[in-house]
Amino acid sequence: MRLRERLAALEPDPTARHLLSLADDLVRSDVWIIGGDGWAYDIGYGGLDHVLASGENVNVLVLDTEVYSNTGGQASKATPRGAVAKFATSGKSTPKKDLGALAMQYGNVYVAQIALGANEVQTVRALQEAAAWPGPSLVLAYSTCIAHGIDMKYSMTHMRDAVKSGHWPLYRFAPGSDEHTKPFRLDSRKPAMALSEFALAEARFAMLERSDPERSHHLMALAQADVDERWHYYEQLAGVERSVPHEPGAIVDPEGVATEEVPS
Amino acid sequence: MTAEPTVVPEFDLLTTYLGLQLRSPLVASSGPLTARIDSLRALEQAGVAAVVLPSLFEEQIEHEDIQAARLGDLGSDSNPEATSYFPDLADFESVADRYLRHVEQAKKALSIPVVASLNGETAGGWVRYARLLELAGADAIELNLYGLAADLDVTGRDVEDEQVELVALVKASLSIPLAVKIGPHYSALGNQATRFIDAGADGLVLFNRFYQPDIDPKTRKVAPTLELSSSSELRLPLRWTAILSGRVEASLAVTTGVHTGADVARCLLAGADVAMMTSALLVNGPGHVAAVERELVEWAAESGFESVAQLKGSVSQRNVADPSAFERANYMSTLIGFTNSFH
Repeated sequence: MRLRERLAALEPDPTARHLLSLADDLVRSDVWIIGGDGWAYDIGYGGLDHVLASGENVNVLVLDTEVYSNTGGQASKATPRGAVAKFATSGKSTPKKDLGALAMQYGNVYVAQIALGANEVQTVRALQEAAAWPGPSLVLAYSTCIAHGIDMKYSMTHMRDAVKSGHWPLYRFAPGSDEHTKPFRLDSRKPAMALSEFALAEARFAMLERSDPERSHHLMALAQADVDERWHYYEQLAGVERSVPHEPGAIVDPEGVATEEVPS
Repeated sequence: MTAEPTVVPEFDLLTTYLGLQLRSPLVASSGPLTARIDSLRALEQAGVAAVVLPSLFEEQIEHEDIQAARLGDLGSDSNPEATSYFPDLADFESVADRYLRHVEQAKKALSIPVVASLNGETAGGWVRYARLLELAGADAIELNLYGLAADLDVTGRDVEDEQVELVALVKASLSIPLAVKIGPHYSALGNQATRFIDAGADGLVLFNRFYQPDIDPKTRKVAPTLELSSSSELRLPLRWTAILSGRVEASLAVTTGVHTGADVARCLLAGADVAMMTSALLVNGPGHVAAVERELVEWAAESGFESVAQLKGSVSQRNVADPSAFERANYMSTLIGFTNSFH
């Protein structure tokens, strides 16, 4: 807007008028690719990987409902262990794929996991940082869905509990140029709620508890172990130093990305 | 001084309930201990003669059906790409399916009779479920008529007629015996009992315990309560057992307040064919059955009884010198006796 205002003030200069017609191309614009988990984790993973590996300055926002939502609730690789979905009617037996961890392996991809209902500040900051990151960014956003079997007007509460139980830890990963950079920052607190307390308030988990309590207990115990193990791994990750390979003297981190602490 | 070896007196514990021959009159009533196969086995090992499985509740089935329909409809046809968002619930084991499986497993695990229990107050699907329970192997069905006539337009007679009709419908679908578990809150319980028996009940179970909800002043919410029974609660079923014994063509079971061997003796003396226990077993564990049996046998030996059959109903209303002791006159004499104690 400011560019347009200043160019307009220069009227009737013909050069200014010409520049005014090109105004949108003269300022930095963010490119966002938005998709669901079925695409990002599953059938579109090859394409997503291709984009992340490209090194281009693009941002990817994954609205992770942990199930194929548009097509009617089929299980994806994002579906957590123990949840019931189409193609996983007796509860998914394998754990959720850690897409963020895979993307982090590139070392130059900004990765964040967010949940609006759990921490608004962290959500906004992660989206801003992703946009500002000069290379590829991947933001995984926990998204509630009809297929969770919840009353959608309580979506924010379910998001909060997903984080509180450790089912969906909040983090940001932004490697810098300093070799002592610790790029992984955990933005949520240590799980303070049993996974089952969060999970069994949702029909996708509770229906297995009703239909096959024995299997439900078995899978819920494993799912709790998934949470515990992932948290243990992330805690260690928060202490790992890693920097983006660069020529001596080059600055990678443009604006102090991921260096600010957000209240959890 | 050495202890005298315990002499176990000869006492014939055999009894018949709903036409089933039982090794003793001690039956485990429906409760948490009869919900699990391991505790059912423990009860049998401790000497229990039959078990009544926990109830399959009408509301449970209805609630599950409603929830299943709600889930099936959730978001359905809201998107052109998806007609529904949940797997077909027909693939899931329903509460009724699980109950039927429990009956089958209990029958496989035990050699004593297994009584399945239905709890409801409308005709609904009970006929079908009663038949399925029979097919699952139940030796008898206990129909638990637990209802609260909270509708101000429904009369006592309406309620009674509906219950009698339900008993007749369920009985007509069965080839195994049917017991009807009732509450004590009828204007003319004796008459209603005969109506149930005429409708096909092979036995009556006296009485249901009605858990009364409380109100928590702190939260200002209705709070469900569950208090275990005590021996003092035995008197009400005891009185009605004594009144009905020998006057109705049906088995009688007492089910509230049976905690000790003496309590079982009271039930049998009043005319019960079996005494059912839940609270005492929850408090003391399944092994309590053996202790109660031992107490009963010792008491019988001291009292000169040789068999359950002999003592059954010997203090029923028909067999006592003063039948009014079980009726209103007893109220007067109790009051008079109480007042006299102050002089």
